[in-house]
Amino acid sequence: MPRRADINRILLIGSGPIVIGQAAEFDYSGTQAARVLMQEGYEVVLVNSNPATIMTDPDVATTTYVEPLLPGPVERIIERERPDALLATLGGQTALNLAKSLHESGVLAQYGVELIGANYDAIERGEDRDLFRETMLAAGLRVPRSAIAHTLEEARAAVAEIRLPVIIRPAFTLGGAGGGVLRDMTEFEAMIGRGLDASPISQILIDESVLGWGEFELEVMRDRTDNVVIVCSIENLDPMGVHTGDSVCVAPQQTLSDHLYQQLRDQAIQVIRAIGVETGGSNVQFAVNPATEEIIVIEMNPRVSRSSALASKATGFPIAKIAARLAVGYTLQEITNDITRATPASFEPAIDYCVVKWPRFAFEKFPGAEQGLTTHMKSVGEAMAIGRTFKQAFAKALRSRELDSDPQFPADDAELLRCAAQPGPERFDHVLEALRRGHAVEELHGLTSIDPWFLRELEAIAADPDSPFAGERTFKSVDTCAAEFAASTPYYYSAWERPRAVGRDGQPVAVHEVERGSRASVVILGSGPNRIGQGIEFDYCCVHAAQTVRESGRDAVMINCNPETVSTDYDTSDRLYFEPLTLEDVLGVCEVERPEGVVVQFGGQTPLKLAAGLRDAGIPILGTTTDAIDLAEDRARFGPLLDRLGYKAPPYASASTPEEAIARAPGVGFPLLVRPSYVLGGRAMEIVYDVDGLRDYLERVGVIGTAGANGKSPTIYLDRFLEDSVEVDVDALCDGDDVWIAGIMQHVEEAGIHSGDSACVLPPHSLGEEMLDQIRAQATGIAKALGVVGLLNVQFAVHAGEGLHVIEANPRASRTVPFVSKAIGLPVAKLACRIMLGEKLADMGLPSEVATGHVCVKEAVLPFDRFAGTDVLLGPEMRSTGEVMGIARDFPTAFAKAQAAAGARLPASGTAFLTVADRDKSAATGIAIQLHDLGFKLLATRGTAKALARMGIPAQTINKLSEGSPHVVEAIGRGEVDLVINTPVGTGARSDGYEIRAAAVAHRIPCITTMSGGIAAARAIAAAAHGEPEVVSLQELYAESAQAS
Amino acid sequence: MTRDAYVLLEDGARFDGLACAADGHAVGEIVFTTSMSGYQEAMTDPSYAGQLITFTYPQIGNYGVSDGAMESGRIHARAAIMRAAVDYADAPSATEGWLSWLTDHGVPAITDLDTRALVRHIRDQGAMRGGVFPESVSEAEAGALIEAEPAMIGRDLAREVSPPAPLGLGGSESGAGAGAGRGTEASAERIRIAMIDTGVKLSILRQLSERGADVTLYPCTYGAGQLLAEDPDAVFLANGPGDPAALGYIVETVRQVVGKKPVYGICLGHQLLCRAVGLETYKLPFGHHGANHPVKDLATGKTEITSQNHGFAVLGPSGAKTIDGDEPVRWETDFGAAELSHINLYDRTVEGLTLLDVHGGTVQYHPEASPGPHDSLYLFDRFIEKIQSGR
Repeated sequence: MPRRADINRILLIGSGPIVIGQAAEFDYSGTQAARVLMQEGYEVVLVNSNPATIMTDPDVATTTYVEPLLPGPVERIIERERPDALLATLGGQTALNLAKSLHESGVLAQYGVELIGANYDAIERGEDRDLFRETMLAAGLRVPRSAIAHTLEEARAAVAEIRLPVIIRPAFTLGGAGGGVLRDMTEFEAMIGRGLDASPISQILIDESVLGWGEFELEVMRDRTDNVVIVCSIENLDPMGVHTGDSVCVAPQQTLSDHLYQQLRDQAIQVIRAIGVETGGSNVQFAVNPATEEIIVIEMNPRVSRSSALASKATGFPIAKIAARLAVGYTLQEITNDITRATPASFEPAIDYCVVKWPRFAFEKFPGAEQGLTTHMKSVGEAMAIGRTFKQAFAKALRSRELDSDPQFPADDAELLRCAAQPGPERFDHVLEALRRGHAVEELHGLTSIDPWFLRELEAIAADPDSPFAGERTFKSVDTCAAEFAASTPYYYSAWERPRAVGRDGQPVAVHEVERGSRASVVILGSGPNRIGQGIEFDYCCVHAAQTVRESGRDAVMINCNPETVSTDYDTSDRLYFEPLTLEDVLGVCEVERPEGVVVQFGGQTPLKLAAGLRDAGIPILGTTTDAIDLAEDRARFGPLLDRLGYKAPPYASASTPEEAIARAPGVGFPLLVRPSYVLGGRAMEIVYDVDGLRDYLERVGVIGTAGANGKSPTIYLDRFLEDSVEVDVDALCDGDDVWIAGIMQHVEEAGIHSGDSACVLPPHSLGEEMLDQIRAQATGIAKALGVVGLLNVQFAVHAGEGLHVIEANPRASRTVPFVSKAIGLPVAKLACRIMLGEKLADMGLPSEVATGHVCVKEAVLPFDRFAGTDVLLGPEMRSTGEVMGIARDFPTAFAKAQAAAGARLPASGTAFLTVADRDKSAATGIAIQLHDLGFKLLATRGTAKALARMGIPAQTINKLSEGSPHVVEAIGRGEVDLVINTPVGTGARSDGYEIRAAAVAHRIPCITTMSGGIAAARAIAAAAHGEPEVVSLQELYAESAQAS
Repeated sequence: MTRDAYVLLEDGARFDGLACAADGHAVGEIVFTTSMSGYQEAMTDPSYAGQLITFTYPQIGNYGVSDGAMESGRIHARAAIMRAAVDYADAPSATEGWLSWLTDHGVPAITDLDTRALVRHIRDQGAMRGGVFPESVSEAEAGALIEAEPAMIGRDLAREVSPPAPLGLGGSESGAGAGAGRGTEASAERIRIAMIDTGVKLSILRQLSERGADVTLYPCTYGAGQLLAEDPDAVFLANGPGDPAALGYIVETVRQVVGKKPVYGICLGHQLLCRAVGLETYKLPFGHHGANHPVKDLATGKTEITSQNHGFAVLGPSGAKTIDGDEPVRWETDFGAAELSHINLYDRTVEGLTLLDVHGGTVQYHPEASPGPHDSLYLFDRFIEKIQSGR
């Protein structure tokens, strides 16, 4: 069946900011889909609020909107663009929910937009728990005993019927948010309440527990003529009970016989047919009881998912790309397999290696949060490894995780076994240690229910961690067909093989499959698993580097181990090596590639940590030298450089022992910003106000125990913290001689909030031209003094009394590069890469300053709803997982858009609750006046209310939690509060402020914890009162800017 | 128990590994299968007689062996060549570990071998003779052993795996359950099928039996007169090993049955029926062995994912090895027209045909799966319906 000619313009919805459960995999799928649809000659209208995505690059779609993924803005886009069809199956749960809502509100019908991929009924059958269950039972499939509940009473009756333990799942949520395992009736009310709150339709599913059963997933594709193929099977090493996103997984499945596997296959096909997904990919999840061979269908996603990204990378079968073609009418048989280029896509990949996926956690960022793994996903990223055997893949995945510190094991065996038995972030480390200490496979199987096959394989790894890597390193291809056909797509992994393989003439048989060609190559090091502080922004830069290297006529070679990303799409580079980012693994690739140079500037700290080792091995580093990197990062060298330039910096000192730190602190002066050296995303960074605070920090964080990077001795940095200053981020390019300022961003929150968590605005909204000139001059001076060749990010603090201070300089891609690129309409990372390849700024014809007629706001998205127990305050330690961008003609509107896109949609009216620290009382008054004028009813705690009363602002007084009922936490719980403005008085757990913030997060009420954030919010609410903001495409903005300059 | 061993091919290529099952060596044609599960089914499939199986999937033996996974009464493949074999028997269904089972049955196996390098070599050079040898056998001795092994072309291996005398349902090596029938169905309603047993897989018998057929297995040397004297409702030609061109005596038998009885064939049986009506077969470079080949059913337009295990194929009309379009092209046979019913979408070879003027049809692949997907089970329904409706 040919391509549909009755549609012309297709709206493609992305997945928005990176959040737990919805990460870079949807940039990968959305980018593939957009490109395919463009190649097929369709006009693609794309909407996504996340600027750090390749899909929102202006050349990927015909028209690109960076707008909030909410029904209002998307409806206005539909009204403007009049698409014929909406493809919502490639943008995760966000896109699917949005499509559902647009259908239900009649918008799609009103504008004649057809849902392609999955229609509304199929989405409903896949997503609505009741309908799904009915559909499965009607198809003769077994599902867990289950009940639906909308209230506590219904839930109580259901639990009595099904019997504990039961699994709680809220309907229509991402990554199982708000779900969990209920084992004990004492937790009943808390868990059921959380589940009902998390579901946008207040509906939960209570399931028979299949804890300990094997968990399997099948990736299924179907075309409009009902041909169905299974792309890949995935087995979770963690048995049922741990969210698949948090499980260590292997592809293909290992423990099922053909007999049992084919039953899963048959059922997966029955499921996709019964749900009625017309075209595209779906993911079907099963629980299998290995003893009784019972099979239970757990769930299905009628869309491309995280698992399909994994399956695509694991097999070389590009699910999203093919799903997009199927959605516009092609059948599987009509689509060619990219990799063989000779066979059709209507087949099932045969693989001759093993793939292991390992989740990456960030519990260290959320002190107080429960660390146990449940059906509620908590990991922030993942690493994938390919090995010739399971052991090779598992051991490679272990090192792909890039843990900040090695797991610690209890000396006591009983305690160790207890850790192994509890699903947690380091469970398999504990299992390996237990095996190493001689505990038997049978014993561990009894404790963990992990299949003995895996435990036996791990036993061998525990006995000799090097054993999987006996023999010699070879590079083999991922070819979808186990070498049955010649592959032409250069997607490689390292495999260790016995060396002796000789041909007739006694010459070795070729074991390397790399076809290197004769062109010069440039190796780009990716950023590894996503983690807080190192996310999709860096992958975005790496992809741009690959594009630039290719445009320069060289071969782009990518090394990365993150399956979610666009960088590990084999279409991105000339050769992809799916490898851990360790020195040894990277050198292994360099041995085969003999690259002209390696790019270490774009992948965050991960490649930077390898730079010195690569240089020592004689591998050329492109751009800024390792010495210049060190000059910027080593305070003992950077401080004197600033002195020489005559730039101010906050007083600082460094120490290598806690005693030394305490001794030096008074010399620097409190408050202090304290952190260990070479940190990423402000890891373990805190502000302390006195010696006691410092002592507490040093004990708690245990800085001394962590190894310094680059083999240096551990260092503790002490910086004077400039209170009440405004932070500014600058991204600049330097070619060694000239400097070009790409963007100056002013933070919305005051200094002390990590730049990754702070909203920021470009161009700055409240800095004078004189200050901006000073900022430009100092950024330029630093770039030249460091000898930067490529990108430089400088952070400044502007203090009202003491003027401009340099906080730090990073001679590499910063987190803000994609945002700046989207804001100014120029690809900053690409320009940097051209410089690194030898071009000069003078020859690049860049405008001296990009004139933008619009204001761009970046806002961070925080995962507090995932980590019950942790405080939701912003601080110097970064905790956001992703970002969104708001674009408008003025700052308040842009800020309002960014807030809405970040999921903290500001209320237009209602009740605002204020409680602020004494130092903030006067600023709070200003905000209160504005809110009052906008018609808000004001609630405040005693002290704040008194301050407001003095200014004649009426505010109703309400008790703090500690003052007893009726108190504000109850009011929030009853839904009587629409906006919370709360600045902290101390950060103790279980403080009043903590309880208020936790209640706000739990009830999804915007909770603003800084005064400047409050001021911006009030202005944004005022701007929104003038009506819904207009939507504007990037292409329009850039055309305007081009005219203006 | 690490004992060095190696694979030597007739062209001199050598691949090192470790012996992991029975002592001694094995020689034959070295083929590879890309199926990711079903190692026990493969080893016991009589079609692999005379062959050594290279498993492209690296982890073999994971769930041990079990009675239910037997495709015949014994192991027919001569050796297993693997990347990472294990002998675990933890799986609840396992009666024994995989390597113990091979050892108990005297079958050599090699592991830790770069199977992908071996497969790429065979893909480029074609399937060839070779063997698995312990380090104690010199390359020269190994070479001589390989030379002594007859080539696959022209080989009659069917005779070696065929039963010596007719076997009624349940009485053959098919073992328990295969033909025992189910329940209380009156035998009068059951279809009587005469199977020319060139090495039939138990799964084929199970599928036929489940659909109400009583099957009798006949030695492949049985003559047409003897078969017709039994007056079966249909004659079924089984899968099996070796070169169809070497089985002239069976082809002659079939030739005398076509037109008199409905005739259906699977795999080798497909090739034999085609030869019987005057079509030609040829040797594929390295055969089809796996569980992921897409085959299009030209009657419905649907693609099915199939289980495959054959080294020879039938030439298309006008002698072409492959067929370009998806149309049901026709051959002129000695028994009237034959129409292409199934085509392989990987390499566009013939996967099945229907005889239009006499009652019969065939498929090259394995609708009974085991190992592999169940997409093609409908073919048994189609065969049975056609036999019942008398066309």
